[in-house]
Amino acid sequence: MSENVAKDQLEAVLARIPYARFLGVRAELAGDEMTAILPYAERLIGNPMLPAIHGGVLGAFMEMTALIQVSISEGQARQPRPIDVSIEYLRSGRPQTTFARAEIKRVGRRIANVHVEAWQEARGAPIAFLRGHFAVTPRADAG
Amino acid sequence: MRPLDSIRAVGSQFIQGTPHAHALGMELVSVDANTGTLKVPYREDLVGDPDTGVFAGGVVTALLDQVCGLAVMASMEEFTSTATLDLRIDYMRAAQPGKAVFATAHCYKVTRSVAFVRASAYDADPADPVATAQAAFMLNSNAGRKPGANLKPRTTRPSEDKA
Repeated sequence: MSENVAKDQLEAVLARIPYARFLGVRAELAGDEMTAILPYAERLIGNPMLPAIHGGVLGAFMEMTALIQVSISEGQARQPRPIDVSIEYLRSGRPQTTFARAEIKRVGRRIANVHVEAWQEARGAPIAFLRGHFAVTPRADAG
Repeated sequence: MRPLDSIRAVGSQFIQGTPHAHALGMELVSVDANTGTLKVPYREDLVGDPDTGVFAGGVVTALLDQVCGLAVMASMEEFTSTATLDLRIDYMRAAQPGKAVFATAHCYKVTRSVAFVRASAYDADPADPVATAQAAFMLNSNAGRKPGANLKPRTTRPSEDKA
């Protein structure tokens, strides 16, 4: 797949998800690797004292990263649906931009297994992980 | 005053003190010793798949996280900061488009530093869940950190940082 096609596809996938717009999720492509970007906004805060980003927001953001990665790298007739996710929190999310990358560990005819990592200032200091299974619906024309 | 009494006194305002819960329009339905129920009214801007009009999985994730935190707080003798350590969610079915989603959590065990919680989300019937969750929370998670601590640059090496 050429880079431009992938980029158009990524933008089309993101633009179609109202909840992605609500969170403010953006994404960038480097070859076939996507980095999802969650710019900081006050409405994402869960702990106003520190302040720290809501754990549910980080979970939702990583889940979306997984969905988008599966949608762009495996042609899908419909949006992948989460079956189960397991989220681990390593550090509090600071009031700054958060990044995430998803790695598709296996994708079959019905299920994809995906691992996601989220970080802020340094990739080497991740703030959260997500592991999940997603129900997939390969397009008939997708190889 | 126990957190439970304070939560009862202020009702939904307690939830809306969390900016993200407020942004999602979360409301307090009920709270009791170690249990609580929250609700998110249906909104089109929270939809995950426009083909179906179903709430995004992430909305359910955030709701489950929040309601688990509520159940933890309702179990406490005094207010303490909490942070999610891990959250595992099973999604049983899609929520019905146009309907509010509810979530109920039960904090069934509290140790000195960790609280264990189970929760489920549903739209019409609690016996027919949209999703179920199991979570662990750190207690006194702000320990030693002053308000605004996260606004300062990290001073410790990542390996020394305690979330």
